[in-house]
Amino acid sequence: MDFSLVLFYVLGAVLIGSSLLVITVRNPVHAALFLVLAFVNAAGLWLLAYAEFLAITLVLVYVGAVMVLFLFVVMMLDINLDRLREGFWRNLPLAGAVGVLMVVEMAALFLRAATGTGAPGAPPADYSNSKALGAVIYTDYVFPFELAAVVLLVAIVAAIALTLRHRKETKYQDPATQLSVRAKDRLKIVKLPPETQVPVEPPPEAAK
Amino acid sequence: MIPLNHFLFLSALLFAVSVIGIFMNRKNLIVLLMAIELMLLAVNMNFVAFSRDLNDISGQVFVFFILTVAAAESAIGLAILVALFRNLHSIHVDDLDTLKG
Repeated sequence: MDFSLVLFYVLGAVLIGSSLLVITVRNPVHAALFLVLAFVNAAGLWLLAYAEFLAITLVLVYVGAVMVLFLFVVMMLDINLDRLREGFWRNLPLAGAVGVLMVVEMAALFLRAATGTGAPGAPPADYSNSKALGAVIYTDYVFPFELAAVVLLVAIVAAIALTLRHRKETKYQDPATQLSVRAKDRLKIVKLPPETQVPVEPPPEAAK
Repeated sequence: MIPLNHFLFLSALLFAVSVIGIFMNRKNLIVLLMAIELMLLAVNMNFVAFSRDLNDISGQVFVFFILTVAAAESAIGLAILVALFRNLHSIHVDDLDTLKG
């Protein structure tokens, strides 16, 4: 039993254990933190499968961005935990039956299939996963790649549009009105006759 | 070396765990979203394992796209959650009955 297999079992056990804790733990903040642990372990497993670029992307994108977003939302919402937890263990028999059935069916399939039992060898030492992935993404998959960028753009716009709030007391500028303004709307030129010098009379003495 | 079956069994286990999580946390939208993320992780692990086994990089390209879509999905999902909480002051699934569905 070589070292990478031992590492696989350790990472897989922590992955399954932390994902079990994600779905059973009471506090959603703890659930989000256990989800971070699960993602880090999955990144380790992907490293074992020679997918270095995706492992780093998983840590950067999921642990760095998505989970921070989750934590932010979980901490911002003031939720009633007791009400959310009602009927939690009542669903266990059905859920457990479905889960066990899925695993047993899949395991039966894997054990039956003759292919995939042998382990592929390691890639050569000068193999760069990021380079291979980039060479494919920017040639064969360039159109899906740009579609993915559009999906992200739509997500940005949608997330901002959904959560943007217009407060009444905030004063904000309307650039369209600012640009369409003309001088005659703001400025009025009045013709005035030139002033002539009038002798200033001394004010009358105030009667005491 | 790690055989392909190990990866497949692990991701089947992970997928089953997240299905159980969806069944048990029916009332809690946040944990439902987290369970969906775990399901996507299980699917991605299958893609990575097959990509290694078949020596074909396309599987990893698919994982790349799934990661993109999952990030967009969770950003929009959480934005909807925030907008919902702002209007209803609750994220309980039973309170979301405006459409009488």
